[in-house]
Amino acid sequence: MPKFFNSKSKQLEGDIDGYLDRVTTAGLIFHEGVKAYVIGKKDKFERNFKEISVLESDADNIRRDIKHKLYTYMLIPESRGDVLGLLETLDDIVDICEKVLEQFSIETPDIPEFLESDFIELAELSSKTVEEVVKAARAFFREIGMVSNYVNKVHFYEHEADDVEEHLKRNAFNSKEIESFSQKVHMRYFAEKIAAVSDVAESVAERLSVYAIKRRI
Amino acid sequence: MLTIIFFLSSGLFLGWSLGANDAANIFGTAVGTKMIKFKTAALICSVFIILGAVVSGAGASHTLDKLGAVNELAGAFIVALAAAITVLWMTKAGLPVSTSQAIVGAIIGWNFFSHTATSISSLTKIVGTWVFSPIISAILAYLFFHITKRIVERSKIHLMRLDFYTRIGLLIVGAFGSYSLGANNIGNVMGVFINSSPFQDITLAGLFHLSSIQQLFLLGGIAIAFGVFTYSKKVMMTVGSGIFKLSPVTALVVVLASSITLFLFASQGLHNLLTSLHLPAFPLVPVSSSQAVVGSVMGISLAKGGRNLNFKKLSQISLGWVATPAASAILAYIALFFMQNVFMQSVFK
Repeated sequence: MPKFFNSKSKQLEGDIDGYLDRVTTAGLIFHEGVKAYVIGKKDKFERNFKEISVLESDADNIRRDIKHKLYTYMLIPESRGDVLGLLETLDDIVDICEKVLEQFSIETPDIPEFLESDFIELAELSSKTVEEVVKAARAFFREIGMVSNYVNKVHFYEHEADDVEEHLKRNAFNSKEIESFSQKVHMRYFAEKIAAVSDVAESVAERLSVYAIKRRI
Repeated sequence: MLTIIFFLSSGLFLGWSLGANDAANIFGTAVGTKMIKFKTAALICSVFIILGAVVSGAGASHTLDKLGAVNELAGAFIVALAAAITVLWMTKAGLPVSTSQAIVGAIIGWNFFSHTATSISSLTKIVGTWVFSPIISAILAYLFFHITKRIVERSKIHLMRLDFYTRIGLLIVGAFGSYSLGANNIGNVMGVFINSSPFQDITLAGLFHLSSIQQLFLLGGIAIAFGVFTYSKKVMMTVGSGIFKLSPVTALVVVLASSITLFLFASQGLHNLLTSLHLPAFPLVPVSSSQAVVGSVMGISLAKGGRNLNFKKLSQISLGWVATPAASAILAYIALFFMQNVFMQSVFK
């Protein structure tokens, strides 16, 4: 029996690491995708969008597999609920990254040049929150004392993202360059969508801080 | 033969209730938190309790024998019965109960009844051990907690692997705890029957020797195992999610500290080793596994900075040191009177 549990434990360790790798990659592709769209590299953007769609369904499969194994083999009974909760909310991050690129692909917003840098910076900050929250999740599994360190970074980047979002929206609405009100609203909509990635990452970080307290010996 | 079984029945009943209650001290959290299946826990627990009882049970039993050598089977029956009833009654009243304290009280009751002088030195040794066992357990748990915490934090071990190692640890420590429980507490169950043991020494195939006392302990061990299988699951589920809510890792520390405490007060080998080195040896005395566990939990509370220290539990423990033996002694005295004068059985020589 011990050998059986050990091999299952190792397998799950690998699955969890693989899942977290995919969440980080989703954040990076999201950043690259928004950047490619904004600077007009439409082909690259479409490639990124396809990549993230594949990644999203891949991550879903791994998550379901982890859930199945955790219940079937009765592993980590004490923290099973927390681990599954964590994986599900991390999945929301991948989902929203994919959704935002999808919206870009469908709605093809017309982004004026003076807003390009704001959009790219906003996407970069959101991607950083994803990177840090995944580090926090890894720490939850291996080095519980480090969780708060990464959670703090998530809060920091999320706050920065909020500032850039506000700046972008003000620029859009105060600008004489954008004439139609509908385009201004469109800019606001995409700014909010991109910033939403950092909001979801922050809510995962909040959960992680609680789980970390519960897991402390 | 029927008479012998009848007279041993009270001891076997005491053994059953010990198995039903005390197995939870060892495997309670492991089973309650579903880290180990009840069947696995019950099997390991039973095998090692019986091993501990047969191999190392003599030491602690000998101390009880010195306190009062109950020399008639009918007397031993009453002494064990009085202890069993006290345990049952105190469990129903929701008080932390110890078979060790109940049996000591009952033996003193027999001493009074048979006008045998109670060895004050033995009694002091026993009571002193009761006070010290939770303290030793608390100190050990405090130390182990810090060591475990440091190891887990420094090793950066993955949650999944930690879970695996904790399971293995709970099984190994559980086996050790069961062995210690059997060795330390079999005296409570069968100790009073030693002087009136109806068994003869047997040697199987010229290799395997089983003394009459070991046969008695084997029987008692089986009764404890029966208690483990038939009733301890209910108690384990309560322990796992009730009074002491522990995480599997802290449970491992608690069980290890309590098991070592029980082992220290039961191991003849350790006793001889320390004595041969001219070091102060631990007296071999049956102690309460429940109180050792409470001591360990207190030790962990202290290690965590004194949070959740349950003073009510502490006062209940000290009450148990006096109330349990007193109740058991009075009950034994009255029952011995009835056995002698109503049922016309000789209860002492």
